[in-house]
Amino acid sequence: MSTLPAPAPTGALSPSRAMATASRVLRQLRHDPRTIALMLLVPCLMLVLLRYVFDGSPHTFDDIGASLLGIFPLITMFLVTSIATLRERTSGTLERLLAMPMGKGDLIAGYALAFGAVAVVQSALATGLALWFLGLDVTGSPWLLLLVALLDALLGTALGLFVSAFAASEFQAVQFMPAVIFPQLLLCGLFAPRSSMQPVLDGISDVLPMSYAVDGMNEVLRHTDMTATFVRDVLIVAGCALLVLALGAATLKRRTP
Amino acid sequence: MMNKSSGPPPTADTDAVRAAGLTAVRGSRTVLRDLGFVVPRGRITGLLGPSGCGKSTLMRAIVGTQAKVSGTLDVLGRPAGHPDLRARIGYVTQHPSVYDDLTVRQNLDYFAAILDPGRAAAARRRDAVSRVVADVDLADHAGALAGNLSGGQRSRVSLAVALLGTPELLVLDEPTVGLDPVLRRDLWNLFHDIAATRGTALLVSSHVMDEAERCHRLLLMRGGRILAEDTPDALRTRTGTATVEAAFLHLVDEAAAAGHAKETAR
Repeated sequence: MSTLPAPAPTGALSPSRAMATASRVLRQLRHDPRTIALMLLVPCLMLVLLRYVFDGSPHTFDDIGASLLGIFPLITMFLVTSIATLRERTSGTLERLLAMPMGKGDLIAGYALAFGAVAVVQSALATGLALWFLGLDVTGSPWLLLLVALLDALLGTALGLFVSAFAASEFQAVQFMPAVIFPQLLLCGLFAPRSSMQPVLDGISDVLPMSYAVDGMNEVLRHTDMTATFVRDVLIVAGCALLVLALGAATLKRRTP
Repeated sequence: MMNKSSGPPPTADTDAVRAAGLTAVRGSRTVLRDLGFVVPRGRITGLLGPSGCGKSTLMRAIVGTQAKVSGTLDVLGRPAGHPDLRARIGYVTQHPSVYDDLTVRQNLDYFAAILDPGRAAAARRRDAVSRVVADVDLADHAGALAGNLSGGQRSRVSLAVALLGTPELLVLDEPTVGLDPVLRRDLWNLFHDIAATRGTALLVSSHVMDEAERCHRLLLMRGGRILAEDTPDALRTRTGTATVEAAFLHLVDEAAAAGHAKETAR
């Protein structure tokens, strides 16, 4: 009979538990090829659609296309993560994991790693398509576009994890999409420059992370080098993602009523 | 029998769980009222009572997932919910908590990696997974998606997860509900084997009274209180009944009569 040895400590972050969780999440996805196809192809189709909607004004496509490269990963990862973690909560597997020697940080890190990996693939496909097939005119390096897209995906994962704590059902979880994402979408500068908005809205847009995601994309669009604004934008998006991930970890309770 | 409810208080070594004055509140409702009991090692303790009497809450309190618990609750020499206990307790919830979109083996691989992480432990984990798959008789279905299995098979996957780490205390919430008689017998044989050979303490809940005969000791519960804590034989003898079910009903009537007497005396 095989026995497992004394338990490993649970206090510190355990990279192997986080990796095990990430590969488990990816395995779950692999059993669902339709979701993978939707996650990877829908952003590409939207970009193609957008390219020909603005067939007569390629500059508009440049502006909006670059912003959307940052927004797609955020929205997709938000939706996927909020549903995935809600399932984890309602199926009892979360309670089981938290009754086991599983650190909350390991679980969160596992999700972030798994969906981060999917986001890299998604963003690479969308960015490559936009740059080389749809003629998106970007001054800066495509790698910087990819970096912002990845951070946006992490932010989406973080927000999804966080709001799933406040949803009791899948119906509620999908409604958080319009509630959390749409206001940011309207205020992020995609539809109108933020400086031209009513001052109160401009002020609100200053504290919403998606504004900086879109700003960062636009910096890459217009400048060859990494500008100070770009660095600021990237740090703000990364900081927000980490902050919300920490808030998400705080919503995982080992003891529940 | 070695486990009389009266007698000197047992030491921490022989008891996996010791509770005194245990109370739990859910919302505005007091679900557990001032409970005191022990769960000895190497024995199967049956937790019996009607649905909604607080069995699951009691189990969650022992595992450390229930909020708003007061009183004394020592589990394996530590207060319930202590981080050290997480790898030493196997817990099976009433509804199977496994990933429906993973195969049986993938489920077990993942939970094994949480219990015993690291690349160095890979071979040990593989052995543990093969052992528990055989224990719950799912070797033929190891490659099937958990979501495609029958209810009884899924609950056995959930049980297999709890058996992974060879825990010192197994808390099983209605593990045999919905299983056919042959499987039920096999699982009870497995429980007895685990208790005898590994010295594991098992706490098994059921609302079906005929399962009581398979336990070494019983905790009879009703309305958030413990009606009796004894061996099946002793319960039947004390109440002068032929079955545990009859003994339970006798005790319910007795408690009701006592309550009534108290009311009228007031």
